[in-house]
Amino acid sequence: MKEVIEVLNEVKPGEDYENATNLITDGILTSFDIVTLVSLLNMKFNINISVMDLVPENFESASAILELVNKLKEN
Amino acid sequence: MKRNIVEYLDEISNKYPEKDVFIENDKNKITYHKFNNDSKIIATNILKFKPLSNKPIAIFIDKSIDCLKSMFGIMYSGNFYCVFDVTSPKNRIDNIINTLKPEIIITNNKNIQKINEYNYGIDILNIDDLKYQIDNKLLNSINRCDTDPAYVLFTSGSTGVPKGSLITHKSLISYVEWFKKAFNINSRTIFGNQTPFYFSMSVSDVYSTIISGATLCIIPKINFSFPIKLMEYLNTYKVNTIYWVPSALSIVANVGTFDYAKPKYLKKVLFAGEVMPMPQLNIWRKYLPKVMYANLFGPTETTDICTYYIVNRKFKDNETLPIGKPVEGSCTIMINDNGKEAKVGEVGELFIKGSIVGSGYYNNPEKTSSAFVQNPLHNNYPDIVYKTGDIGKVNKYGEIEYLGRKDYQIKHMGYRIELGEIETNINSLKGLTICACIYDDIKSHIVLFFESNTLTEEDVYSYADKKLLKYMRPQKVVKLPKMPYNANGKIDRVKLKQDYQKGDY
Repeated sequence: MKEVIEVLNEVKPGEDYENATNLITDGILTSFDIVTLVSLLNMKFNINISVMDLVPENFESASAILELVNKLKEN
Repeated sequence: MKRNIVEYLDEISNKYPEKDVFIENDKNKITYHKFNNDSKIIATNILKFKPLSNKPIAIFIDKSIDCLKSMFGIMYSGNFYCVFDVTSPKNRIDNIINTLKPEIIITNNKNIQKINEYNYGIDILNIDDLKYQIDNKLLNSINRCDTDPAYVLFTSGSTGVPKGSLITHKSLISYVEWFKKAFNINSRTIFGNQTPFYFSMSVSDVYSTIISGATLCIIPKINFSFPIKLMEYLNTYKVNTIYWVPSALSIVANVGTFDYAKPKYLKKVLFAGEVMPMPQLNIWRKYLPKVMYANLFGPTETTDICTYYIVNRKFKDNETLPIGKPVEGSCTIMINDNGKEAKVGEVGELFIKGSIVGSGYYNNPEKTSSAFVQNPLHNNYPDIVYKTGDIGKVNKYGEIEYLGRKDYQIKHMGYRIELGEIETNINSLKGLTICACIYDDIKSHIVLFFESNTLTEEDVYSYADKKLLKYMRPQKVVKLPKMPYNANGKIDRVKLKQDYQKGDY
């Protein structure tokens, strides 16, 4: 979890990523941020987030992102 | 013959009163009749608030139907509008306010708090709190002339002060009449709009919608991060025509979207704002071979587009698309280094002539006279042409090929940016000795080099976040012990770029 929050802070510092559950719905992450976030996650965790995983639900919270990362790491 | 763009809206809303003109989503959409009515209510309230004519009125509203109503309301009132990017850093808004000196700022409940906090001392009109109903007698009494200004749109300027291109109704009408004809925009057209209303590209889809009785869907910005959602949106609203910046098209192509979802109703894909990368265009063409693709090219100063090319042959991934031929009714002139007309194959600077050429920069006679100049080929009568600063040549097909900017102006993520504006802003950081920006056109990165005794690269990144618009922020910041200088004592940007691209930094 710590690593995911680090990545989020790199993309956009100063948000409460521990508790936020509506990062997309509330517009905390903008489209620019998401492009950066996806490429950073791919790089740091050595995964490949495909277009089918690129849906808002997977990015609404740090735990949703972690779940996605873990799922892709297993494959 | 119509003199003013609002006459089209009157005519079309009588023809298709119950048809949706603008759609944000299922809950938020508006018919031609209601849109026309709401715009006229805004116009009436402007004039009862202040009896203005041909004066600038600012719009401080995010991308929405409210923003569009305000645009038309201002034009109905016989004044001209300027749409602000509500997410801009305050210093950019300050600069535009200082140049434009608007008589009124129009806003809504959602945005009023922010503009009140800025405290400009300018009258504010909240369209969610209007007193008067339509006064047709008042609106019909306005004397309208085809050379009246319709709007001012600001692009970035090299001294850090943005330039506002003023466009008249005459230019706007002749431009959108061309656009409608060239791409057969009609009452069956459903646009999926991507570009912001403070950006000249939106002029094409918004106004060609109005003059044709078409429908324009304002795609929520977040969909451009989630391509499958984007495809669902296009299919839900049966979008058949899009006019996007290449980076939006590229995102869709890059992540393999078409293996999972395709836009079923799409017939026309138009793009402009920057160079369309060929590998991504070829992906679109492979998966959607029956769609018409067109490359459009032009600056804000020529309303939107001055040349266009409808893709009609195959291109390899390493080739570039031509920018084609001039918009009908206007002409391009290519001038070589000797001030003579360039021959086929010879490199020259592009000049544009015709009624799509705007009137100049608002409250900026110096910049106006350096870009809106006498036709360099004769001196027999006043013949003002727009000097684009773009370099190109004519190929064997008679099409213009774009080669780049004459100065340091760049196109990045669809936006026109003067690298000088970035430098000016960053140079204002305390403790910074000097900085210089280059554009790495291979990686599409803005790279900023700086010298300082005290500051770290992190300091500069975070300052850039505060001072610069998102699309102007450098992707890479490099601290140098010493800036390289050329023989003239100027920072050697050519060397910086070469060394950067070699991987020296």
